[in-house]
Amino acid sequence: MYLTRREILTSFLGAPLALAACKQNTAPKFPVGEIVGADVSLGHILRENRGFEVPAGNWETVKVVIIGGGIAGLSAGWKFASEDFSDFVILELEREIGGTSQSGTGNPVSYPWGAHYLPVPFQENVELIELLDEMELTDGRIQGSGDLLIKEQYLCREPEERVFYKGRWYDGLYLSVGSSEEEKRQYAEFQEQVDYWVNWRDSSGRRAFVVPLANCSSEAEATDLDKITFAEWMRQRGFTSERLLWYCDYACRDDYGLKLDQTSAWAGLFYFCSRVRKSGEESQAFITFPEGNGRFVNHLAEKVKANIRKSHAAVSVVPNANGVDVICLNGNEVKGFHCEKVIFASPMFTAPYLIRGFNETPPFAASEFQHNAWFVANLFLKDRPKPRFVKDFPLAWDNVLYESPSLGYVNATHQKGIDYGPTIWTYYYPMCAEENGRTKLFNYEWKDLADVCLTDIARAHPEIYELCERIDIMRWGHAMISPRPNFIWSGIREKAMQPYRNIHFAHTDLSGIALFEEAFYHGLRAADEVVS
Amino acid sequence: MKRTPLLFLNVIIIATCGLIYELLAATLSSYVLGDSVTQFSLVIGIYLFAMGIGSWASRFIDKHVAEKFVDIELAVAVLGGFSAPLLFLTFANISYFGIVLYGMIFLIGMLVGLEIPLLMRILKDELDFKDLVSKVLALDYIGALAASLLFPLFLVPKLGLNRTSLLFGMLNAGVALWATWLLEPLIKRNLTILRIKGFAVIVLLLIAFIKADSLTTLAEDGLFMDNIIYAKSSAYQRIVVTKGKTGYALFLNGNLQFNSFDEYRYHEALVHPAFAAYGENPKRVLVLGGGDGLALREILKYKSVENVMLVDLDPGMTGLSKALPALAELNRNAYDDPRVTVTNADAFVWLDNTELEPFDVAIVDFPDPNNFALGKLYTTRFYNLLKTKLKPDAAIVIQCTSPLIARNSYWCIIKTLETAGFTVKPFQATVPSFGVWGYALAKLQPFEAPSKPPAGIELKFLNDKSFVSMFDFPSDTSLPAGEIEINRLDNQALVRYYELEWRRFE
Repeated sequence: MYLTRREILTSFLGAPLALAACKQNTAPKFPVGEIVGADVSLGHILRENRGFEVPAGNWETVKVVIIGGGIAGLSAGWKFASEDFSDFVILELEREIGGTSQSGTGNPVSYPWGAHYLPVPFQENVELIELLDEMELTDGRIQGSGDLLIKEQYLCREPEERVFYKGRWYDGLYLSVGSSEEEKRQYAEFQEQVDYWVNWRDSSGRRAFVVPLANCSSEAEATDLDKITFAEWMRQRGFTSERLLWYCDYACRDDYGLKLDQTSAWAGLFYFCSRVRKSGEESQAFITFPEGNGRFVNHLAEKVKANIRKSHAAVSVVPNANGVDVICLNGNEVKGFHCEKVIFASPMFTAPYLIRGFNETPPFAASEFQHNAWFVANLFLKDRPKPRFVKDFPLAWDNVLYESPSLGYVNATHQKGIDYGPTIWTYYYPMCAEENGRTKLFNYEWKDLADVCLTDIARAHPEIYELCERIDIMRWGHAMISPRPNFIWSGIREKAMQPYRNIHFAHTDLSGIALFEEAFYHGLRAADEVVS
Repeated sequence: MKRTPLLFLNVIIIATCGLIYELLAATLSSYVLGDSVTQFSLVIGIYLFAMGIGSWASRFIDKHVAEKFVDIELAVAVLGGFSAPLLFLTFANISYFGIVLYGMIFLIGMLVGLEIPLLMRILKDELDFKDLVSKVLALDYIGALAASLLFPLFLVPKLGLNRTSLLFGMLNAGVALWATWLLEPLIKRNLTILRIKGFAVIVLLLIAFIKADSLTTLAEDGLFMDNIIYAKSSAYQRIVVTKGKTGYALFLNGNLQFNSFDEYRYHEALVHPAFAAYGENPKRVLVLGGGDGLALREILKYKSVENVMLVDLDPGMTGLSKALPALAELNRNAYDDPRVTVTNADAFVWLDNTELEPFDVAIVDFPDPNNFALGKLYTTRFYNLLKTKLKPDAAIVIQCTSPLIARNSYWCIIKTLETAGFTVKPFQATVPSFGVWGYALAKLQPFEAPSKPPAGIELKFLNDKSFVSMFDFPSDTSLPAGEIEINRLDNQALVRYYELEWRRFE
């Protein structure tokens, strides 16, 4: 199917902007770049259900095979390493580990390809804090309360966010400028609703929303929220303020890659409530680095580097009487591992394709684990745009375009205090506007997506064509699990968390939301199960 | 029509214009290149010499004298009229400025030198030689007197340099146009073309006169009380140097950094308390910010100092302080001192990335924290990074904005330093250009504030008697009663205090 530039821009950014962009007769200077990252064809080998013969000399024996080198798999490996257990391998399909927390190395700083921050954990999240201590990110504890202190240079530097609306940048994410009285009232009431759930405790004292999600209350008052969409929940409470609805929609797109009317109300409130200790307090601060969560990937990988096998695509997981055989493709070579246990840290929808016998008696409904697609672009800028007004709000860490279906861009040099000269911007676009977002995404070439990205950013920075020297783009076909209604509290996750014939599942999918903390939690949980 | 008296009027106007251009060039060059005696002397010398060449060259004009006279008038009108705006636009390029300036003076001088001989030749048929010489030269000198009185008393204060220049260009062009009627019988050809040219020049100058504000580097003349002698946007900021009655002043992004009239108060208070608190023989000194080189000047007074490392963001600023004679004179050529090393970098990033032998004394002289990029230079993180570059007994002074105008901002910086582990002695001094100004003297160990400035150092402001009083805060500038936030990277509390407090005065 051939689409014109205007059609492509319209489908990504809407008709008015596409029309305006196509009106310019002179073709603006266009940067170079390429599509980088995962080889899609590898993933598709899985679906072909081919048979693989392992040559006799290509078998190894290890105690544990971890399938998947994202945060969950690396965390399981990290846990093993910290217990001085080393008889395991981590098989990673791609050339690079880290999954959606991958990062790239650049000048003047490194930059993320996906996840780029971690909210400071509550003091109860002991194992995560252990990791942060080990990474020397902490500065002890606050005397008295015992809350975690993070070193200043790792806490997201102010200004954290700004939003571009009708030609100007404003401080913060919620657009408060020019609010009517009614809009102010609704915003305040929304905050009250959030406060209600922040303070809410069930009969056994559990919070409704907390990280990791395993510690959330399972009582109906809270979990019933999972039965409706966040949009419906807002409607029921009479929230009609456009800017409030935008704010909540942005939150859903940002954290889940879903729109307001696709997200479960439970998941929507989780975003607002799970990081607030008590009502009236600020949300937990963000820990961030130029390379985003790539910093965690690199730390975890350093501990288990001898165990990592990159470009090893697991193609068959065969449970048997002795344990499990795992067969994988390394280039054109077929390799096999005899092991006692497998930690399956790959997205859950891949289980039926990989695990032999899964489809005969499915232990859980793998097709319920649905993912959404994204594309992420890194723009290499030779300099940053000059402010258009003297009093325009300056470049922040996260820069959001109110009128855009994208999530805006994150400035990689921000956290290093580099405020002048070259920088790298990471632009995020979730394909949530239509049902077949994944197919649509892979229909487009680098040039089309780069055009979308530049046209979108040019709303706020017309000089982007001059400043941007290179754009690399990564397409994520299965970027995040989608917490749509009736998924998180439907009982599917609990079933999938049960081991299946020496295969232990560990992936952020099992929480129904894609978060570093959840992946870490499931990695450690599976490692504990395997050891005990 | 009897045209001779009218032609004499022309002589007066021509003479006035000629001297005005000369005065303009001399004034502008003394602003930019400093040393007004040399500049006036050079400009007058070159101008008179060029006039001589012009007079001598007049012999080569044989035919169409009247027509040539009009053409020359028009040329003077254009060159002289646009001289000041053109020189203003050249300020930003110091290396070219001399060439443009002296080239222009020479050309104008030569053309002006042609005017009177030609006019005398035109008039010679109508008067005795004796009469002609006496009248023309007398009127020429009267015009000069008029110009030299008008220039300082009326033109510069009322019109400014650019408008003065353009106004006299118009007068010159007016003379030319008028001459096409007065000398009509003598002009054999091209009369219409000459008139069109004359009109065109007047219109051009008139447009420039009306638009003079935007001509002089972009409407800044209106913003500053004094004349701009340098204006350039570097990669980081807009740098403007002005010259007024009280002296030179430096502005960064429109904010006053110093005025030469009282900057010694600011810089003596910035530098010497740190040396007094350090004690004997400081050797290695770090300066963060302070690209104007004025803190360097004070530091270099200490014979024991072996190394001064200056880290300033903007090569445009440090380069200017070295190259612009007015600034170099003020900082006593500090940048030429072999003890000084300059690094152009953002101090925050530099401190984070650089390994260096620690320093005995550090002087921190950043612009006020009026944006986030500057605010980070006043955070606990910044001071913790600075600590790693200091010897255990090092002393530092930090400029901390005005405790009178921005009381919370001032004490926020003090509290932030204390949180970062420094013992702090807040102090303040009066700098009329700024008002009451605040500083922090700090060390990594507990210490007593020094009681007098270091001995044997030439000082204009500090003395043994008044030194101690800088550490006393009157009630309106002392620590406020309410809670003061600590300035951290992740809250930038200071930028918000500063915004609130200074906005009251905008």
